[in-house]
Amino acid sequence: MKYEVVIGLEIHLELQTSSKLFCGCSTIFGREPNSNCCPICLGLPGSLPVFNRRAIELAVAAALALNSDVQEKSRFDRKNYFYPDLPKAYQISQYDQPLARGGYLQIEVDCASRIINLERVHLEEEAGKLIHSSESIMGSDYSLVDYNRAGIPLLEIVTAPDITSGREARLFLDDLRSVLLYSGASDCKMEEGSLRCDANISLRPAGSDELGTRAEVKNMNSFRAVELALNYEAGRQEEILAAGGTVIQETCHWDEERKKTIPLRSKEGSSDYRYFPEPDLLPLVLESTFIEEISAALPELPPARRKRLKEQYGLDASEAALFTFNRSLGDFFEAAAARYNQYANLAKWVQGDLLYYLRESGKNVEEVEPQKFVDLLTLLDKGDINRPVAKELLSEIVLSGTSPQKMIRDKGLGRISGDEQLLPIVEKVIAENPDAIENYRQGKEKAMAFLVGRVMALTGGRADPGEANKLLKEKISRK
Amino acid sequence: MKIYEQTAANLSKLLQNKEVSSVEVVQSFLDRIELIEPYLKSFITHTPAMALDMASTVDNRRAGGEKLHPLAGVPIAIKDNISTRGLRTTCASRILENYIPPYDATVVETLKQVGMPLLGKTNMDEFAMGSSTENSAFYPSRNPWNLERVPGGSSGGSAVAVSSGMAPLALGSDTGGSIRQPASLCGLTGLRPTYGRVSRYGLIAFASSLDQIGTISLTALDSAMLMNVISGYDLLDSTTLSEPVPDYTIFLDEGIKKLKVGVIKENVSEDFDPEVTAAVMKNIALLKESGAEVDEVSLPLTDYGLGAYYLIAPSEASSNLGRYDGVRYGFNAGGESIDDMFSATRGRGFGPEVKRRIMIGTYALSAGYFDAYYLQAMKVRTMIRREYEAAFKRFDILVGATTPTPAFKIDEKIDDPLQMYLSDICNITDSLAGVPSLSIPSGISSGGLPMGMQLTASPLKEGLLLKVAGFLERERGHLPLRPKVKLPEGGEV
Repeated sequence: MKYEVVIGLEIHLELQTSSKLFCGCSTIFGREPNSNCCPICLGLPGSLPVFNRRAIELAVAAALALNSDVQEKSRFDRKNYFYPDLPKAYQISQYDQPLARGGYLQIEVDCASRIINLERVHLEEEAGKLIHSSESIMGSDYSLVDYNRAGIPLLEIVTAPDITSGREARLFLDDLRSVLLYSGASDCKMEEGSLRCDANISLRPAGSDELGTRAEVKNMNSFRAVELALNYEAGRQEEILAAGGTVIQETCHWDEERKKTIPLRSKEGSSDYRYFPEPDLLPLVLESTFIEEISAALPELPPARRKRLKEQYGLDASEAALFTFNRSLGDFFEAAAARYNQYANLAKWVQGDLLYYLRESGKNVEEVEPQKFVDLLTLLDKGDINRPVAKELLSEIVLSGTSPQKMIRDKGLGRISGDEQLLPIVEKVIAENPDAIENYRQGKEKAMAFLVGRVMALTGGRADPGEANKLLKEKISRK
Repeated sequence: MKIYEQTAANLSKLLQNKEVSSVEVVQSFLDRIELIEPYLKSFITHTPAMALDMASTVDNRRAGGEKLHPLAGVPIAIKDNISTRGLRTTCASRILENYIPPYDATVVETLKQVGMPLLGKTNMDEFAMGSSTENSAFYPSRNPWNLERVPGGSSGGSAVAVSSGMAPLALGSDTGGSIRQPASLCGLTGLRPTYGRVSRYGLIAFASSLDQIGTISLTALDSAMLMNVISGYDLLDSTTLSEPVPDYTIFLDEGIKKLKVGVIKENVSEDFDPEVTAAVMKNIALLKESGAEVDEVSLPLTDYGLGAYYLIAPSEASSNLGRYDGVRYGFNAGGESIDDMFSATRGRGFGPEVKRRIMIGTYALSAGYFDAYYLQAMKVRTMIRREYEAAFKRFDILVGATTPTPAFKIDEKIDDPLQMYLSDICNITDSLAGVPSLSIPSGISSGGLPMGMQLTASPLKEGLLLKVAGFLERERGHLPLRPKVKLPEGGEV
């Protein structure tokens, strides 16, 4: 039998506020353990939560960017469970009245457009971080708790089971991250844990409408890991089903080293979180004008930008995607395109040499002035410099920001051409290489290439090979 | 008259007239504590040095000609579930026996700003769960009127301290009667303000949607003065109300002509001690003679109130008390695994009543039971609110007994939780409705025990309650405010 894969993702995102969701503590990553804490985020007896307005703004911006329907009234509930990283033994979260309902993200898979629907977007607080003396809490002599993270605002995004492969999951996450970065809600740094993803995956006979028994996959620490883990898990389930077995509902851990999903043999049936309305907070009521203001302040979002880049500049799909995902590079391209209308050439230079020198130098594209870049391309187009010089100058523009005109002046990098400058060199090459001249006259074209090469060497690459060729031929044939 | 026998209002006058210093006042209460506290056990932690320190600061400021708050220099006792920075706050529980909060509750901060010396932290039922102070993990407190009797609870220690002259004022907390019931059993004035009138920030939660800090005092005026200090919006408590706070003392001299008084049928029940009901009726007759319009009103949902309360409060408690798991706060019973540690710590750290309520609450919130218990109870709560709204269309205040009987004996009900719960039967629906509720002394029983009557008004009408209380104090003359404490070895002090 042929099976199809059904995947739903649950994404947790730390919002990039400067203070926590319910108190004024800093959210800065990497501080000394338990230094960004107060009675509220430590859950000390008697402390009470108070909304951080900024977190709500960012959550609403993210929800709107994901086409999710922001609710004018939502409510916070307590999710009760015991764990040492959870200081109050409950997480303030949202249950049956989330911040936003529904939504979708349009993604491109193999040049075809796909809609991935969302179930909901809600706001909750982050737990602390456990550091075990060995690998897990079970095998450790002791564990340490760092509550710096506790109380950081967390956005939970739940997709519908619309994803059909590990690859599609990764593409979805790429686009999701891009949209969230544009919305300004999060820095989406998976390595700092500010974006995390769990997945539910099941198989069903191709064409069936019913959902099979699902497994939950956790501990995927990169988008690549999500793809690998889901493909592995799909294969594992297919083997079971093909052999006539049944998949059991369980939670698996992705083992990054062994590249396998490992079922966790614990806490089955222990997930009764005893949700009830958080009595310490009033329901969250958002004025429609508040929602409209945030909506109006959103920038152009990736799907729209990608489409526009193609239409406005005639870019191909991969260029449009690059200038969308790499937002600052796209911004640079557009700033340069406003001053330079050879868009194809511009795109080629931005994604090629500019990106190369940025990586080499470790500089950000924001540090490069589009005008200087455009000046460089114009000098090249006019023939004032040749390509090797242009590349050398670009490297210097990236490094020091010096204008190309100044460098040409200071270093004498302008083109060597014409009867006054180039002709004497051509004559010198002819005088020094009688054998090659002879060979050329006997019809050996390679000899001309050698002679041009000599001219280029003597001019330090500043001659135009075409012009050198022309002058050589003129001189040789005159003799 | 000795200093410690004075009301807070009188102490305020004596201090402002510089007839006594705050140090003298505090010393008088400390001497009284030294004399009778061993018999009454109203405190968990004593803070004489802190109190004297604050008193001398206030005296110096007064000597320097500074304009001070009327209660500056008047000492106070605080229930041990209100967080005090650097000072052990136990909730009368083993699990918090050595917990020292790093912050002050909002009310404590305000008291400090005003300059009220703190005499100590008072005994209570563990986590405010109980009606006799017998659920304290440390020791029960005793009723100054009769040492064989309970002072009520859960704010029993606060009531004992005020009733016996160990403090002129005290803060308590009231979830389902924990201020009013002990005030009644000790012959005091106990006010549970409107939910949201006083900040809960720093009050260690029992049932968050019901908990409210309030006053325990000798008179309505003392309560009004303390309410002036502790009431108001708090940025740190989202559930506080933003309405401005009136000067509560101005209501006290007003008359009660045309006041519409509803006598709650269910709270002057035939099942109650007849003396209790008779005392209430006598006070009501006085109101009527003085021009109040009195009629009877039935609040039939009172019957369901107790059931709803004992689902909602334990549900919230089961969540609020989850954090005492052995990871923090000192007490840790150890264990092979993390789950063992959680179980052992909570099993040994909590007393039986707390565990009973955690189990009830956990059950009521569990999947499959939530709709039938928690949700149903919340519906009852909404209906009770509506019943009150309807009643307050007809009446300005509602009255009845505070407790069905005067103080019962120590050990009498401790093994019968239901009987214990029933001692709060008159108090619970006011809590569920979130309305202000005041217990005042109604008389002394033939057995020499004080009895109380409860006055209820619509939200934010604390002033009206204090007005009626003040009126009764004036018209019928003061009841004996404080008992002579009869010592077991003979003699009374």
